[in-house]
Amino acid sequence: MTFCVVENVGVRVGKATLVDHVSMEVSAGEWVTIVGPNGAGKTTLLSVMAGLMPSSGSVSIDGRNLADLTPRQRARLLAYVPQQPEVPPGMSVNSYVLLGRTPHLRLLGVEGPRDFEIVEEVLHQLDLEGFGHRTLESLSGGELQRCHLARAIAQATPVVFLDEPIASLDLGHQQQALELIERLRQERQITVVMTMHDLTLAAQYSDRMTLLSNGRVLAEGDPNQVLESEHLSALYDARVKVLKIDDDIVVVPISNRRRPQ
Amino acid sequence: MVLSPDSGSTAVVSEKLRAPWLLLGLVAMVCAMATGLFVGPADIEISAVVRELINRLPLVTTDSGLSLIHANIIWEVRLPRVLLGALVGATLALSGASYQAVFRNPLADPYLLGAAAGAGLGATVAIVTGAGDGMGTFDTVPLLAFLGSLAAVALTYFLGYSSGVRRSPAALLLAGVAVASFLTAIQTFIQQRNVETIRQVYSWILGRLNTASWGEVSLLAPYALLASVVILLHRRTLDVMRLGDVEASSVGIRPQLVRLIVIVAASLGTAAAVAVSGLIAFVGLIVPHTVRLLAGSSNRIVLPLSMMFGATFLMFVDLLGRTIASPAEIPIGVITAFFGAPFFVVVLRSSRRSLG
Repeated sequence: MTFCVVENVGVRVGKATLVDHVSMEVSAGEWVTIVGPNGAGKTTLLSVMAGLMPSSGSVSIDGRNLADLTPRQRARLLAYVPQQPEVPPGMSVNSYVLLGRTPHLRLLGVEGPRDFEIVEEVLHQLDLEGFGHRTLESLSGGELQRCHLARAIAQATPVVFLDEPIASLDLGHQQQALELIERLRQERQITVVMTMHDLTLAAQYSDRMTLLSNGRVLAEGDPNQVLESEHLSALYDARVKVLKIDDDIVVVPISNRRRPQ
Repeated sequence: MVLSPDSGSTAVVSEKLRAPWLLLGLVAMVCAMATGLFVGPADIEISAVVRELINRLPLVTTDSGLSLIHANIIWEVRLPRVLLGALVGATLALSGASYQAVFRNPLADPYLLGAAAGAGLGATVAIVTGAGDGMGTFDTVPLLAFLGSLAAVALTYFLGYSSGVRRSPAALLLAGVAVASFLTAIQTFIQQRNVETIRQVYSWILGRLNTASWGEVSLLAPYALLASVVILLHRRTLDVMRLGDVEASSVGIRPQLVRLIVIVAASLGTAAAVAVSGLIAFVGLIVPHTVRLLAGSSNRIVLPLSMMFGATFLMFVDLLGRTIASPAEIPIGVITAFFGAPFFVVVLRSSRRSLG
């Protein structure tokens, strides 16, 4: 079932075209990763899909055009975590995650017992129990990343948009974060759309990938189809090999350097 | 509550933590108010003041034994002055806290968008023209100061908006700087052309509560009430604004609209406060920060506590101003900075909490 439809979306800033006639579809419950070199328009496209940046064309989620929704209605439909989320000084993890409940409160209202319950549950699910009283600044990068995710999950939306969620994490934490997202996706049946740099990890976790270049869709579909060494080499201006190890696709950089024997 | 007793969510805990602070704020306010009523150049016994106050309660009659003059000092001099100090302090501190919140800028104060410069110009015009007539300047000064203050903020908002406030609230801050300098230039020009009124203008700019009467209390009260109701209703929304415009928008807030509403409310309060008391510096900047350092950074605690401690602070400062060199008075603006700044440095050094 098609859940999110992007039709002919374009974004121009001054004379620069950041996103150019992009159309794509995401099915309900699917994990789609947008990949591409720096400056390809991944972040811009994701902001447009999250209804946070004006564009030509249209984006609809669950049959509703984002342009017709109030911010509140939109925030009940989708959650968004930017690449570098704000970390308000002195704010506790609990207060932070509770901000995700905003679209579900009455206008100018405050949280009730039900919201505390939901946040408690989300913190449990994201292994953040016992972190509630800590301030955000006191957390490690991996813990902080889980807090951002927790706020998005507390928003209880059918779709979550994540911009480079693992960019600042080490290898182990990258893997753990992606495993966590996969677990949340299955347990809560949410649709995940994210951008990512690491092609190997993207291929391992996504159902489908969209490869962007200069604001246009160069390839999309199954990771096997999207990751072909010829067009990756040309696109990234890099020497790469795409290997298949067991069932995994691995993108490996090739070095020109010869080590002294 | 549904939560297990020992895990306890912060949300619930901080609700509990909030109560003692609010109670402390209330006690501090009552103490300051009482001291302000008990102390003054006229030697009136505390017990007599208390009896006089009780006497005014409905259904209670006691004889305070006060002469008519002393009773009048309490009802017509000390009480309106204490109340005016409380209202001005609460309004300025609350406005400062909300400006800091909507601009996410710790240096924001209630005069940020030109409110002070506009009021200064308005008051100067009123004093200069009033003095020329040989008439009392009492009525036109607050009115023109109020209008000048609002006009300046409106001008700032208009300029900032037309020059790209959609992209960044920084445009608004810069517009505020431009408007303030422009209006101050005009004010200085007018002042220089009318040197005979310079003393009056200067004393207005330093701020004072010594002309306090019930008339001024009733002039400020409705605006102070309006500003505090509107701003306190937005206390949680202002916490959401701490995420920045993009993320606040992603959880369903309209940051531009919230900013406009809060600025209008805070500016109305500030304009009314400035109109009756002149430019009292420092309160709007330092009180909210002190509260943040002591009680945490959530606007749900910062906003109400700023009101309470702002009121307390200004009542105490005014008391010092009128007693230290009694019967002469030291301008309140001098005292706020003289005692407020060292106090703030102490809090800043001893706190491990973060500003922001």
